[in-house]
Amino acid sequence: MQTEKVITAKNLSKKFGHFVAVDHISFEVNKGEIFGFLGANGAGKTTAMRMLCGLSMPSSGEATVAGFDVYKQTEQIKKNIGYMSQRFSLYEDLTIGENIRFYAGIYGLTDKQIREKSDSLLKELNMQEHKKTLVRELPLGWKQKLAFSIAIVHDPAIVFLDEPTGGVDPITRREFWNLIYEASSNGITVFVTTHYMDEAEYCHRVSIMVDGRIDALGAPASLKKDHAAKTMDEVFLQLARKAVRSE
Amino acid sequence: MQSVVVENISKKYVVKKKATEALSDISFHVDKGEIFGIIGPDGAGKTTLFRILTTLLVADAGKAAVDGFDVVKDYKQIRNRAGYMPGKFSLYQDLSVQENLEFFAAIFNTTIQENYGLIKDIYQQIEPFRTRKAGQLSGGMKQKLALSCALIHKPSVLFLDEPTTGVDAVSRKEFWEMLHRLKREGITILVSTPYMDEASLCDRVALIQKGKILSIDTPKGVTKQFRKPLWAVKANEMYRLMMDIKTDPGVESCYPFGQYHHIVFKNPGDDKKRLEEIIQKGHFTNAEINNIEPNIEDCFMALMKE
Amino acid sequence: MKQFLIFVKKEWLHIWRDSRTLFILVWMPIVQIVLYGFALTNEVKNSTIAIFDQSKDAATTAISNEISASRYFKLVKNVHSYKEIEATFKQGKIRMAIVFPNNFSNDLLHSNHAQVQLIADASDPNTANTLTNYASSIISDYQQRLNNEQQLPYAINTQLRMLYNPELKGAYNFVPGVMALVLMLVCAMMTSIAIVKEKEMGTMEVILVSPLKPFLIIIAKTIPYLLVSVLNIASILLLSVYVLGVPITGNLWLLIWESILFTVTSLSVGILISNSAKTQQVAMFTSLMSLFLPTLLFSGFLFPVENMPLPLQVISNIVPAKWYYIIVKAVMIKGLGFSYVWKETLVLVGMTLLLLIISIRKFKTRLA
Repeated sequence: MQTEKVITAKNLSKKFGHFVAVDHISFEVNKGEIFGFLGANGAGKTTAMRMLCGLSMPSSGEATVAGFDVYKQTEQIKKNIGYMSQRFSLYEDLTIGENIRFYAGIYGLTDKQIREKSDSLLKELNMQEHKKTLVRELPLGWKQKLAFSIAIVHDPAIVFLDEPTGGVDPITRREFWNLIYEASSNGITVFVTTHYMDEAEYCHRVSIMVDGRIDALGAPASLKKDHAAKTMDEVFLQLARKAVRSE
Repeated sequence: MQSVVVENISKKYVVKKKATEALSDISFHVDKGEIFGIIGPDGAGKTTLFRILTTLLVADAGKAAVDGFDVVKDYKQIRNRAGYMPGKFSLYQDLSVQENLEFFAAIFNTTIQENYGLIKDIYQQIEPFRTRKAGQLSGGMKQKLALSCALIHKPSVLFLDEPTTGVDAVSRKEFWEMLHRLKREGITILVSTPYMDEASLCDRVALIQKGKILSIDTPKGVTKQFRKPLWAVKANEMYRLMMDIKTDPGVESCYPFGQYHHIVFKNPGDDKKRLEEIIQKGHFTNAEINNIEPNIEDCFMALMKE
Repeated sequence: MKQFLIFVKKEWLHIWRDSRTLFILVWMPIVQIVLYGFALTNEVKNSTIAIFDQSKDAATTAISNEISASRYFKLVKNVHSYKEIEATFKQGKIRMAIVFPNNFSNDLLHSNHAQVQLIADASDPNTANTLTNYASSIISDYQQRLNNEQQLPYAINTQLRMLYNPELKGAYNFVPGVMALVLMLVCAMMTSIAIVKEKEMGTMEVILVSPLKPFLIIIAKTIPYLLVSVLNIASILLLSVYVLGVPITGNLWLLIWESILFTVTSLSVGILISNSAKTQQVAMFTSLMSLFLPTLLFSGFLFPVENMPLPLQVISNIVPAKWYYIIVKAVMIKGLGFSYVWKETLVLVGMTLLLLIISIRKFKTRLA
């Protein structure tokens, strides 16, 4: 694995009044790595992720994403990342093709690129015949796979996935992870949050946030060894039970 | 005594002249005091089923009864004795914790004091915040308040539609502990969830997918239906390993499962030898091959494919 | 009963804690009255005019004096050419110009034929119309007096009178109109939104699965809005009497009871809308399209119904606000008693009963 750093965070913090949502977190993510970002509800995951996406200004600390500074270069950051969440992804009242064209368009792809991209993307997802189907009519699993492919349509350096697989059936969930692996092997860094602990095992490295801090960081195997646990679920429960605050 | 009886229930939705079957010919029953899990992904028909049983929807075909009362004819009696917690957080966000609880107690013609014993364990955890608006509670606390409100009239059957969706692992564990305490009070609990690992916490489960029931049994019984041997394999390069295994024509399925891949062969026989061959051919290191007991998720995926 | 009371209490808390809604409920009527009263008035008062007097004789001076002395006009400029008139119009300084040609007096006295030109800014046609009417009326007054002195035969006098509202005082017209509008909006829109909000938030699901009777849910949801409406009726009446100087000539209690009747009509419309609307947005839009506009157009408040084409006149009959508007005008402005408005009252009662029956019947005890 290459050691090029795609995300670096040093003592990154965010305060809301007296409330410290994110408390001096430091970590690095390598190019092509699948980085699992875990934590209980209210541990500060969303806030940290927003700062890295250039949506929220940190209170203190440093961070760069794709080589750009999170304070000054948020516009460049936004051009170089993809984002997908369970809640927001696609326009339900547009067709698959229209969604692809729209997102590719807002990232500034040329018409020719858009045509090529949408062809290859539809082929990869086996959705060629459904190009003119409204997204609303697709099964949830399809939507999520499509949303992911669209999130990386502009070949970003990093893609942020916020609970991408919630509520999906187990087979689709695994197919979704195949897409993640593929993106990773193509050099796209994947930053992912999830509530499924078995998915944490699929990540190259995992961080676990508790009360705004990163309490554990490392490969799943070494985390399990450190905490004398058989599964990531146990590691997570051990750490998260120590939490004093809730949302 | 059977708390819930469902017989051949079907329900269609028509959207723009296109009919989709939310439930097709579903039948099961739930015994009194049982925790019955409806396990399936989003869109499987779980919410539709709960709405039919809580008298909010009428089925197109089939019969259902709760506590011996027909869900269509005797819906008023059911509304008196069922507790319901919808999938979406359904309390008044602009009312405080206490105001919400008082309101739900009053509309069920009871008071907080009358049934305090039942909700005490749960409500005590959120009581310090009783003047806080429900909208400002954390996910876990909202869930506890919603459960308290659903329990305040001492229902005989409790319907919980995806109570743990979007809730972190710690809160989920606590929630299931609460459900087991309620079971000891004699309350029948119907709970739906998309998390397969929660199936083992139920007395019996129905696996549901695309409006059809795949299997109904105890969690152990479901896994017993898994006939072929199941193998867990791990090695240094997991993704490449999966690709290699999948190209073997003798392999029926190979799914990543945490740190292992779970593999089933079409014609079981010398499974272990065949896996060892694949590993050798691909020059994998740190390989590990185990014959394991299937879990609910293995079964669910196998049943989905049938 | 306890179920019912706690529901009403809850409803109060919703209104009380949503400062935006509260603001709309309490301030909207006041703002509307003040707006219509002072900003959007169509009264003609002190309209600025210019006079181009090419004759400068006794007659033109007399007419000019009379016009500028009237409370409707204010002479801001004496101009000396047509060009100047145009320039003054363009500057927006005047709304009308009066042009007397040469030898006006002479023509008037000797050839019995004099001309006055009234040039009005017709970008606002209503005002232009009113202004020219007033000016013509003053001029013809003058002419009449001349005629009386000179006893000239065969002259046709045009007399112009503004019936019912001689001063063209807008308040007489819009106070009843605003009452109809505000009550319609507060009761119908707010109740429909309040009910649909429960559907949207998912709380309706939980309430339906309780022993609470649907009928009670509806009544409990409307009571707070009924009370707010009574408050609004009071504030509108107080404002119109003490700030706008529109007296209540008829019986106050009759007026209040008729208003409450109309409130109930509006509430039942609101419930009806909430039955079919699935989102708050839809509820608001439906209310605006099906209530606000018809009330504005067909109640007779802005446009006289009699001037409309027949089909529209027929349609106007199903707009409850039309009947309420007639009642309020009759009772409040003309000072008439119940014997003059019983027919309209009966129509409103009938509509209310019908709406209430339909909306309670149609209220869904299930989700679909």
